[in-house]
Order: sequence, then structure tokens, then C-alpha cells
Amino acid sequence: MTTRNTITVISLLTLLAAPLAAQVAIKGGRVHTVSGDVIENGVVVITDGRIVAVGPADGVSIPAGHRVLEGAVVTPGLIDAHATVGLTGIYNQKQDQDQLESSEPIQPQLQATDAYNAREQLVDWIRSFGVTTVHTGHAPGELVSGQTAILKTRSGTVEDATVVGTAAIAVTLAESARKEGGKSPGNRSKMMAMLREALVAARDYVGKQERAGDDADKRPGLNLKNEALAGVLRGETPLLITANRAIDIASALRLAKEFEVRLWLDGAAEAYLLIDEIKAAGVPVIVHPLMQRPWGEAENLSYETPAKLRAAGIPIALQSGFEGYVPKVRVVLFEAAIAAANGLGMEGALRAITLDAATLLGIEERVGSLEVGKDGDVAIYDGDPFEYTSHCVGVVIDGQVVFEGSR
Amino acid sequence: MKQRLWLALAVTACATAGGLAQERTVALMNAHLIPIDGPEIERGTLVMQGGKIVAVGADVLIPAGATAIDLNGKVLMPGLVDTHNHIGGVSGGDGSAPIQPECRVWDSINVRTGAFRRALAGGLTTLNLMPGSGHLLSGQTIYVKIRPAETIDDMMIRDADGNPCGGIKMANGTNSIREAPFPGTRAKSAALVRQKFIEAQEYRDKIARAGGDPEKLPARDLGLEALVEVLEGRRVVHHHTHRHDDIVTVLRLSKEFGFRVVLHHVSEGWKVAEQIAAAKAPCSIILVDSPGGKLEAIDLLFKTGGVLERAGVNVAFHTDDWITDSRLFFRMAALGVRAGMSREGALRSLTLAGAEMLDLQDRVGSLTVGKDADLIVLDGDPFSVYTKVLETWIEGEKVYDRSKPEDYLYAVGGYGAGHDIDPYFCCFGHGE
Repeated sequence: MTTRNTITVISLLTLLAAPLAAQVAIKGGRVHTVSGDVIENGVVVITDGRIVAVGPADGVSIPAGHRVLEGAVVTPGLIDAHATVGLTGIYNQKQDQDQLESSEPIQPQLQATDAYNAREQLVDWIRSFGVTTVHTGHAPGELVSGQTAILKTRSGTVEDATVVGTAAIAVTLAESARKEGGKSPGNRSKMMAMLREALVAARDYVGKQERAGDDADKRPGLNLKNEALAGVLRGETPLLITANRAIDIASALRLAKEFEVRLWLDGAAEAYLLIDEIKAAGVPVIVHPLMQRPWGEAENLSYETPAKLRAAGIPIALQSGFEGYVPKVRVVLFEAAIAAANGLGMEGALRAITLDAATLLGIEERVGSLEVGKDGDVAIYDGDPFEYTSHCVGVVIDGQVVFEGSR
Repeated sequence: MKQRLWLALAVTACATAGGLAQERTVALMNAHLIPIDGPEIERGTLVMQGGKIVAVGADVLIPAGATAIDLNGKVLMPGLVDTHNHIGGVSGGDGSAPIQPECRVWDSINVRTGAFRRALAGGLTTLNLMPGSGHLLSGQTIYVKIRPAETIDDMMIRDADGNPCGGIKMANGTNSIREAPFPGTRAKSAALVRQKFIEAQEYRDKIARAGGDPEKLPARDLGLEALVEVLEGRRVVHHHTHRHDDIVTVLRLSKEFGFRVVLHHVSEGWKVAEQIAAAKAPCSIILVDSPGGKLEAIDLLFKTGGVLERAGVNVAFHTDDWITDSRLFFRMAALGVRAGMSREGALRSLTLAGAEMLDLQDRVGSLTVGKDADLIVLDGDPFSVYTKVLETWIEGEKVYDRSKPEDYLYAVGGYGAGHDIDPYFCCFGHGE
């Protein structure tokens, strides 16, 4: 089969599928657009996978042939700003745990898309609570554990789901990256030294490439590690640095400043101690799961960190994080609920897992709010989404109804 | 001089071991009462004296001389009872054997850990502190009140004879299947338990036949002594069990040896609800935010509480702290309501049901005249995420007050709220 024929077949399939699946209208008692005001008795119309109209029910007509869903509260599809789901699976057995590769401490070349299982049951699980986009990938636990990716939680293949293939390079500045038995890194200073060496090496590599120009004889051999870090040095790929203690957060800020690279602070349990420094650095924070267990380096975590950071003007998002045991995946809706109840408020917490998360991750052109032109990603609830006793009753991704029910 | 100091300390310890027993009369008025043993009362009063509840209801007169506190419509309900908790750095048996009934959890507890303060912030007042599930039988548990304490003795709940109240912790399924001398299979697990209980029966019978004759009495065996208490129903078995077939195995062993059992976790309990109900076995259950993480919890669902409730099973929730945080205990029952449990059943599951499973229903678990004045004050509906526990009282004494900075730190966390000891790992490193 020629390429041309393949394209024809795919187009045909798309044409056949689109009218059936991607035309939907959602009516809500309260529609939280997030980008604008809450609309009482509102409606969201999705055509061919995109939002084409949002407004009061009496001002928006629903085109013929659109399937209508209804619920008390309608929100944008939720965004989990950092997870390992899809690389980690429900069974927690060796064969479904691909979040960490420990043969070397620095492996920025590992692609999350090579390990993400779009049909993982835990992806189904978080989707059924309204999570439509997830930033997932290699877990904390090695100095540079690999790449992360941003995906829609739709089932199918990773290609179907990918929004951003390489979102960030995951770095751990924590005890979990420390090696025993004389191996490196054996302490905090060595972690920083190794990170600086890796970035210096990548800078030299880029310099050689540039000086070689088109001269193939002078070009250095293609090095996947350096290629991945070159993206960081060019400012295309941020470093996602997991650091919970204040000293590790400070190290992360120091590294980003020295190499003039973009930084997403992750976890940041003691971020409330360094609010001025984080703000001055212009760095956003993906705050640890609020219900993460308060022990180890996160022993001083606070339910009020999201509210305190936002009040200081620091961009925040929330996450489900990584668990080694149970629950194997957290639900970012539930984590945000605790933030809502501890200073962030209902609408503030909703923004942290929709538009603010999208903006932080650089995907706000596509998702994060109910606005005309954005992807048709919607969550429907039978009450305040953060109340323990409310249910997610419907989820739509790219105009396709991917969950109905009440879990 | 030194000796006199020790004597003085001993007297102080005895005085506090009996409880807080506040002597002044305090009336909490204008409260939304959730008594648990009766319908909710929109506006009511509770009077406590000597650490006990002396009056409760809609038309209660405040005694002369009482300190009256206006709750302005806030919710007043009993302190929460957690039937399965691991805070304080608990340990039981070591790695030498799968069955160690001689080990007592209270020989291991650090009462100064911040986790006890967090538990108060969550509204918990009575706990069953348990050793882990990495053994078929990991040791004796202890029932405590979270009183201000210098040592674990200050927290103990004691029976009429002054003995500490507690149960015994058992487990089946994969957590206790380990390298030898631990069992390698489920059948071996049951066989080892069966053998040990037969040994305890023989020990009991030998003692009975001896009729007090020191020549005929068997050598004292601390482990078998504890198991005889189990056989005689004086010590309840708190049994970790997840999978439906493991649950049924516990019921079989319980019937075979006649021991009283509370089933704990019961992740697949919804599959065998009828069998559990028929055996009249109470269930102390846990919900976590996703299924899986270990093979036995693949089918753990929020609906378990509701299914068991409808089958007629006595259901309590537990935190299993640190598996879930004691500050979020209400949340778990609310998730039960979300998936079909009744509001009344869920409230009972956090209080009186747990008290019944610890044989403490005459002392705690409801706002009932004569019971201990263990109370919590909430600023809203118990099952709303936005509701906060404002105050916790134990035996008439306020032991937690959210408006105080030193308590608030533990309620929300922050610098200094961290543990001073490592958390307790019940089952890492084997079996899962």
C-alpha cells in the first residue's frame, strides 16, 4: 500500500467517525468556563472535536444531530500537571512499572512516549473523574530519570493521545536519587556537580555542532543524551525538578539561573519558605499531591501551600504525583479538593487543574478552558466537583464521549 | 532523695493513667447534635462532668455553676473511633517467625510523634494501635485514647481490673507469605494458624486439668496465654484480609476455633457480603483513591461499605494511618456515602460501629449519658470537604483547638509538623 493510499483510508475513516462521535452539546446548571464568568444554565457546543459555542442555553442553539449531555456542573476537562500514570500500572508488578530505569543516574534520552500505555486501567480510572489531559512520564528517583510527555487520557495508541511528545526532562534533587556503596551521586553536592557537568557537556556538544556547520566530517556523532539536553539549553524543554526540602528547591533555582534554562519546580513541599526567591526567579510550581503522606523530605508539607504560592503571584498547578504502593494513582480532582478547602477556594482550585495547568504546561491554546476554538474536552458533575459525595457523570475528549456513569 | 523522686513520679503516672476526668461541669449549648444512637437534633445541649456525659438533648437545663459554651449551631458529635491505626512507630513480631502472640505493640510506641496530634486534628479520640500484616499473627494490639501523654501508659484504655484493653493482629494473603520460616502458600498459612490454635487449646486444657496444682501446670507460655484469651473471647482477633477467598478462610478458622473476629480491609468484601453477614462478622474497611497498587487490592471499590451495609454487616471504617492520613478520616466515610452507603450508616461507621468492634461501646462511640465525654466540634456537615474539625475533647478535656497556632500547625501542616520518627512500613519488600 502506498503512502497516498494510506492517507486516503485514514481520511475516510475520520470522515466516517467524526459525525458519529465528535458532535456533542453539554448543558450545565453551572458552566465553569474558567477563562470567563460562570454561566448559569449554560451550554457548550462541540463540533468536529472543537468547541464552537459557549453561552447561556437561551442564547446558543444546538445544531441538529448533536448529542446532548446534561449535568449540574460543567467544567473544562481536568489537567493533571504531573503523574506517572500509564508508565505505572495497576498491578504494581515489574512488568507494568516502566517509570524508572536505574542502570544510569542520567538518562534524559528516555522518551515517555516509548513507555506510555494508553490502555492502562489507571488511565481509565482518572479519566472517569474528569481528567482529560495528563503530564506524565519518568518518575522521581534517579538524578535525571528521563522525559515526560503530555497526553490526552483517551484510549487507543500513544500516537492518538499525544499532545506534546517531549514536555520536560525529569530531574530529582532528593534522597531517592542518592546511591549507596560508593556509586554516584552519593550526596547532594555530587548531584549538583553531575547535573552541571551534564549541561556543560551538552553545551560543548551544541557548540561543536554549530562550529561544524555543514561540514559532516567535523560534526560530533549524534548523542541522544546531549540532544535531549540541548533542547533544555535552547529553552525548548524545561527541567522538571522534583525537590521538596528548601535546600533542594534553592539548588534547583541556582542551577536554572546558572544555565539560563526553564524550570518547573515539582513537589516543593517547603516552597512556602522560599516564596520570595521562587517569585524572583519567575519559576512556576507544580505542587505535590495535597494528600501525599507527610514524611521523609515532604514531612513538612502543608495543605495551604497552593493558596500561599498563588497569593504571592507564583504560577501553580496541581498533580497526582507518584506512589510506590497504594493508591497506585491519585486523582488530581481529589487533591485539588483539599486545596479548595484550604485557602484556594472552589473556583481557585478548579483553575489550578484547568487553565493554570494548561498555561504552565504551554498547552493553553488547546485546552484548559471552555472557549471557542479549543479542544472539546469537558467534564460533567452532579454537584460541586470537589465535594466528596459528588460524582463525575460524563467526560468528553475531543468531542467524543469517553465516560458516562457515576463513579 | 532519688528514691522519693521516683515515688512521686509513680504516683503522678497512676493519677493520669485513669484518664483526664475533668471535674468542672461544662455545658456545650446551641449545638447541632449528632448523637449516633438517635436522630440528629437541630439545636441541643450536652453537659459533661467528671469526664462523662451527664446530659444530652434538645431540652437540657444547664446546671447552676456550669461553664456554658455557646456553639452557635456548630455540629457536635462523638469523637471518632479508628479500629486500625499504625501511628507511633508501632512494631510487633520480628522476622524470626510467622506467629508471635507474645509481642505487645505497646512496648514500641512513641507518644511524642506528631501523628498523634494530626489524629486529634482529624477528630479521632480512640484508636486501635496495631502491629503490621507481614505475619500470620504479629502481636497484641492496644486500644488507646489520645490523651496528653508522657508514656503509652497514659493513653491506655483499661478494663475494670486495670488491665490494658486490646486485641490481637492476624493476617492472611500475600503480606504474610514470605521466605521460610514464613509460609509459602495460602494453605500453609492456614495450616500454621490451625496448628498454633490447637496448641493453645491443649495449653488451656492442661491448665484446667491441673486444677491449680503447681506440679501439673504447664510452664508459662506468654504467647499461648494471649491465644487462650482469644479462645475464651476475651481478646478479639483483628484480621487483615483482602481477597474474597482469604476472607472466607478467616471465617472458616474463626468458626473452627470459636474465636471472635473483626475482618479488616476486606477489599473484596463486596463479593462475599452474604457469607460475611451470615457469619455475623463485623468489617472494618478502608478505601483508597484507586484500585490496585497491590494485587489483592485490584478490586477495591468505593462501594464496599454500601454493599456490606445492605447485607446487614456491621461496618466501620479505619484509616490504617499512614496508609491514609488520620486528618482525612471523614473523607473515607464520605466516599462510602458517594458509593451508596447511608448517611446514618456512614456516621455510625466512624464512631459506634468501631466502638463495638473494640468492645468499648459502653464507653465511647455515641453521645449517650454515662459514656466518656469524647467529643468533636465541626463547622459544617461531616461529609463536606470544606468542613473543619474545630475542637476535640477527650474525657471532658479539650485536647485540640484549631484556633491555637500549635494545634493549627498539625491540622494543615507546615514547617515543624514533620515526623520525629520514620513511618511504619507494614508490608513493603515482600509479597506484593
